[in-house]
Amino acid sequence: MYRIVSKEQFSPEVFSMEIEAPMIARERKAGQFVIIQKGGDFNERVPLTIADADEEKGTITIVFQRVGASTYLLAEMNVGDYIENVLGPLGSPTHIENFGRVVCVGGGIGVAPLFPIAQALKNAGNDVKIIIGARTKDLIIEEAKMRTIDPDLTIITDDGSYGLKGVVTEPLKALLEKGDVDQVVAIGPGIMMKFCTKTAAEFNTPIIVSLNTIMIDGTGMCGGCRVSVGGETKFVCVDGPEFDGHLVDWDNMLMRQRTYKDQEAEANHRCRLEGAGR
Amino acid sequence: MKSADVLEREAQAALGMIHDGMSAKERAAIPHQDMPQQDPKVRITNMSEVALGYTEDEAVVEANRCLQCKTKPCVNGCPVGIDIPAFIHEITKKDYKAALSVIQESSLLPSICGRVCPQENQCQKFCTVGKMLKDVDQAVGIGRLERFVADHESDSASLPEIAPATGKRVAVVGSGPASIACAADVRRAGHDVTIFEALHKMGGVLSYGIPEFRLPKRLVDKELSKLSDMGIKLEKNVLVGRTRTIKELMEEDGFDAVFIGTGAGLPKFMNIPGENLGSVFSANEYLTRSNLMKAYDQEHSMTPFFHSRRVAVFGGGNVAMDAARTALRLGAETVDIIYRRTRSEMPARKEEIEHAVEEGCNLRLLSQPVEILGDEKGNVRAVVIRKCELGEPDASGRRSPVEIPGSDYTVEYDTVIVSIGNASNPLIKKTTPEIETNRRGNFIVDEETCRTSMEGVYAGGDIVLGAATVILAMGQGRKAARAINEYLAEKK
Repeated sequence: MYRIVSKEQFSPEVFSMEIEAPMIARERKAGQFVIIQKGGDFNERVPLTIADADEEKGTITIVFQRVGASTYLLAEMNVGDYIENVLGPLGSPTHIENFGRVVCVGGGIGVAPLFPIAQALKNAGNDVKIIIGARTKDLIIEEAKMRTIDPDLTIITDDGSYGLKGVVTEPLKALLEKGDVDQVVAIGPGIMMKFCTKTAAEFNTPIIVSLNTIMIDGTGMCGGCRVSVGGETKFVCVDGPEFDGHLVDWDNMLMRQRTYKDQEAEANHRCRLEGAGR
Repeated sequence: MKSADVLEREAQAALGMIHDGMSAKERAAIPHQDMPQQDPKVRITNMSEVALGYTEDEAVVEANRCLQCKTKPCVNGCPVGIDIPAFIHEITKKDYKAALSVIQESSLLPSICGRVCPQENQCQKFCTVGKMLKDVDQAVGIGRLERFVADHESDSASLPEIAPATGKRVAVVGSGPASIACAADVRRAGHDVTIFEALHKMGGVLSYGIPEFRLPKRLVDKELSKLSDMGIKLEKNVLVGRTRTIKELMEEDGFDAVFIGTGAGLPKFMNIPGENLGSVFSANEYLTRSNLMKAYDQEHSMTPFFHSRRVAVFGGGNVAMDAARTALRLGAETVDIIYRRTRSEMPARKEEIEHAVEEGCNLRLLSQPVEILGDEKGNVRAVVIRKCELGEPDASGRRSPVEIPGSDYTVEYDTVIVSIGNASNPLIKKTTPEIETNRRGNFIVDEETCRTSMEGVYAGGDIVLGAATVILAMGQGRKAARAINEYLAEKK
């Protein structure tokens, strides 16, 4: 059993939770994730990236957006409640080295898992520049934390309600055009990572992306998370979640993510109607 | 198929044939008892168990068919060496408690093995009655009798005796059949045992893989609760290789020995075009959604499953049958099992193939899928299939399939389930290079002791065997337990 020790609501749909999980807190490295199952026979297993950890307190922090029935139920939980199952740390840690000049691009809640990576890159001696983007002001998270790494970070929203107006590929392109970028790291929605990769490709700049595919067990057993990387089938849960963006078959990945879209929309609808009474 | 009532009436009639001092010929003439089962038309609308188990009369009649051979050829076919004639003899005396005690000397999980063992290739293959009648299907129904005893005495199963505490600690990684068998035997010797499971439910393949209609999960839960009653600690949410490594378990956490029974755990794909389309699933994923995540119960389950109409299952093993029959129960209109050899080469248990066919699954034999075609949404639209013929026997002794050039044809499907086996999970191997593995990534162990190349570390089940069976995994678990107990007795 894993106790929720603190909870914060970043915006109407985005939540952060600190959970007691000493073994995971000790073992985890930047870029790894956990799978959470609320308990009982019927709840889904939900993969969520570890946004932060406190080894002394024995806690990990997860940040999630209320998008489906399961994240809706998770958001209903409060400090002192217990989550029955938290498995991790899963996935391979981010490869951290001194690349030189790195641009970290975070979209939506992707900013949360980007933080430990950006921090590790900074600690490894990189010059780290940060771009964070979201649909609208409410969905911009972790700005203060990110400013500790890059005080001059760029904020951009689709509707211009905060920071620049536009999408993250624009400031990314501007930085790449200056010619001072050795490595890009992008975490966010699939479509954002796809276009960041395209942008980086124009400048022959390497890019690391972190994929958030459909997953059940997270141990390599189901293969639901498979993606085509460099023409080979890879499992995000054991081979990833991070890959060379230039090698990812983005269209296939985005298509696979939509496999259950109709059913999930229905479940979400049902769940809200019933007040998540399950 | 005869109804349960008819079978019971026939059993009652057969009871009249039984008397003291019957000759072998007379015993073999007692009709073989079929096991009552749910009507195929009804059962594909529910998840309840297909086979209903013998009634007492049926069990007694079937037990009387056993010749009580002095040489016990059937026992040689049993991977855990149950004294089969002895337990069957107790059934003829209607002393079911005694029958269960005999089984429990060798097997911890009779209710499970009675259901999922491939008896026709093991004990029943060597049965003298089957030999006399020149038909393995006419052998004594040993598996059915085992199941009968386990179910009849499900509340009287006693816990094995446990030796005084030794102070030695053993970690068992994974909670499937190999681990269960190993943990129980190591615990009996007085060692402190902890089972580590990655998933949120214990039981390994018994929980996530084998469907409810073949192995009710209440039985699995019951067997597992026996382990905790024996004082074995069950810890879930620990993925060894990530949460802890084998070395950490031994060097930091104070375990004196480790048994690895993590299963195969990495689904194989065929590497044909279209295999990464949206509605292509590994059998593991399909079955895990349905069994572990309970997606068949859409009223309650939060895990979605893909609503299929026309399903193609690639493969001919037990897992393929399980996936095909699950698809029917989840509402598919047609399910084709596509296999490149013929029915007699299929690796699945005979009964599973029969059940699948009875339920309406089609066998598309001598057929090799060569490409999966997609629709505009990125899901499956059709499969291109190439015809095969049987050639020379291959290494497995089965005649190998040979593709016929120019024979490709296309069949419409909306879902593909790939069930061609599992490779071994790389996680432990990656973090524990001390353990030697073969080309396929399976752990190399000593055949007699299941010892790996790392001191104090033993392994068994599918991580060693590749895809095998529950009972073979249990057999290895027991072998390893014996070796671990010896190792710990010598270790200071």
